[in-house]
Amino acid sequence: MSKTVELTIDGKKVAAKEGDNILKVARENNIYIPALCYLEGVSSLGGCRVCVVEIRGSPKVFASCVTPVAEGMEVITDSERLRRYRKWAIELLLAERPHVCSVCVANGNCELQQLATELGVDHLRVDRKWTNYELDLTHERFAYDPNRCILCTRCIRVCDEVEGVHAIDLMLRGKNSKVIFDLDDKWGFAESCTSCGKCSAVCPVGALYVKGKPLSEVKKKELVSFVMSRRSEKTIG
Amino acid sequence: MGREIIVNPVTRIEGHAKITIYLDEKDMVKDARFHVTDFRGFEKFCEGRPFYEMPGITSRICGICPVSHLLASAKACDDLLAVKIPRTAELLRRLMHMGQIIQSHALSFFYLSSPDFLLGLDSEPSKRNIMGLAEKYPEIAKQGVWLRKFGQSIIETLSGRRIHSSDWIVPGGVKTPLSKESVEKILADLPKAIGIALNSIELFKKNMESFKNEMRDFGDFPTYYMSLVTEDGGLEHYDGNIRILSPDGKVVADRLDPSKYFEYIGEAVEDWSYMKFPYLKNIGYPDGAYRVGPLARLNNASYCGTEIADGLLKEFKKLGKNGIIQNTFMYHYARLIEIVFCIEKVKELLEDPEILSTEVQAKASLNKREGVGVIEAPRGTLFHHYKVDEQGRITWVNLIIATVNNNIAFNKAVAQVAKKYVNGKKLNEGMLNRVEAVVRALDPCLSCATHAIGEMPIRIQLYDHNGRLIDEVARG
Repeated sequence: MSKTVELTIDGKKVAAKEGDNILKVARENNIYIPALCYLEGVSSLGGCRVCVVEIRGSPKVFASCVTPVAEGMEVITDSERLRRYRKWAIELLLAERPHVCSVCVANGNCELQQLATELGVDHLRVDRKWTNYELDLTHERFAYDPNRCILCTRCIRVCDEVEGVHAIDLMLRGKNSKVIFDLDDKWGFAESCTSCGKCSAVCPVGALYVKGKPLSEVKKKELVSFVMSRRSEKTIG
Repeated sequence: MGREIIVNPVTRIEGHAKITIYLDEKDMVKDARFHVTDFRGFEKFCEGRPFYEMPGITSRICGICPVSHLLASAKACDDLLAVKIPRTAELLRRLMHMGQIIQSHALSFFYLSSPDFLLGLDSEPSKRNIMGLAEKYPEIAKQGVWLRKFGQSIIETLSGRRIHSSDWIVPGGVKTPLSKESVEKILADLPKAIGIALNSIELFKKNMESFKNEMRDFGDFPTYYMSLVTEDGGLEHYDGNIRILSPDGKVVADRLDPSKYFEYIGEAVEDWSYMKFPYLKNIGYPDGAYRVGPLARLNNASYCGTEIADGLLKEFKKLGKNGIIQNTFMYHYARLIEIVFCIEKVKELLEDPEILSTEVQAKASLNKREGVGVIEAPRGTLFHHYKVDEQGRITWVNLIIATVNNNIAFNKAVAQVAKKYVNGKKLNEGMLNRVEAVVRALDPCLSCATHAIGEMPIRIQLYDHNGRLIDEVARG
């Protein structure tokens, strides 16, 4: 049995399993930390930097999804500095590719849009990049619009760790990174894809989606935690 | 020395425009041009997008009648899917379309044009607007606001939103069925709506007398007329075939397939306007000028198909020669009759037993590489034409917007009014008002026509025969 550690989050004393990350522990204790690339049930990446927190005694900020809890740790989840950093993180994501909500399938059900509203992003302080990636509509059921992708890699992680296929990966670097299927094949021709749909279900934006269905009709995110909880039940049984 | 007059911007219209008037050596009006000064580029930037995003994208062309673009676009997408949509879906789309026409016509008549009729073309310009109207005739202003709200509420009841209901009208049908409570809610407002519409007609007829002088030269010229009509020539807004009427009132083409519009409509381009100039191919440019919109629809329709509107149509047709009315001023009258028709049609649609069916969407994938959707938008016939690649990504788009069809007519009407009211070297307020009013009667939606954004201001410039600018009046 793993060891239990005690820490405080926003002054509240909480107990946690050693090795768990701060974000997971905060959520278990009903303390809200905004997050975007984090997905319960799969490994954490710490890519989007929206879930940053402060830890007393350190001048740095930490991505709470990849920072493990420690005995006596004092975590601060909300401050003027954190709000500023989070706002910048969202603004940069919005500026990186042409996110036009009004005509997006995810409008109203988009995590990026929700966070932008929550953090008060009403304009961008940097110029937008109007990328013009070609859409991939070759798959019979799903569509992929790289212009809306925020490179959170949830799709890659869920395909690898839950479906066990790893049909999706990332190519190139930095802002030029692109989510690809197999060895940059068209989705409809990617032989390893099982068409399970988990990638589109966990996509926080309108990059991967089920054709002809608004996202409000698609169950999102919960799918992975459901699969993972069933898995652990089975193991226990 | 010939001269040129420019009116810029034209007010109380949707979009930006400028009018230039050219004078000859004797300072008499030689010609006038109606320029549309904005460019938007929808046809180009839609390329590469999936076809099923088109209703959502193209409805953003206009915040006044997004439903028109939604419907035309969805019909083009139905064509790409090669499906026939369920009857209930068609009924619901028609219902939303009726709500749309009611609200748009109410906007045109009460908000934009009625200040001209009721307060007078020569009244104080700062008061000649909906606010001035509300001050002097509060009851009429309230009725106008209510009628527009009624139309909008139909749209909201169906889709949950008053503007840009782009996730409700979808390729293959509509997203959600109608509830019984909603039917009752709309039905309850119908008597008040029809009362207001009929009152407005009475009001218009009463005021028509005082505009006798203006009306004579108010865009009164012969053109062809084009609109959709039902299989047997009735008034139609959502489906049907194209009918073309000659300037002397004869049906010169009937049952034309709207999806083959490119066989009989050409689009000319002039270097002084961002709005194209459609014309009838077999007549040629510019003699093949035709008009669309409420007046064209009533000229073309043999009947309306609803009780009160049929009576009004008969009375209306008596005002012209051979049952055809050429005066641009009568667009207002036609608009009011259409409001009555739409309200009656709403009732008919709501009383259809199939309106509550839950079969509202035909699901299919891409089955064709080219699709055309044509409807009668409040301002006239609207064409959406798409070509896609094997994945369903748009490769080519052509949109002929209702207002664009009237472009040659705009220029003719402006020239006629200018010839009557402009003489000499100086522009005056009365002349400016009349030129604007004729443009308003045609109810242009220039934001749509250039597929533009922002204010709706006109500029009139006066040029001499050497092309020298000698006077200019601007308003915005």
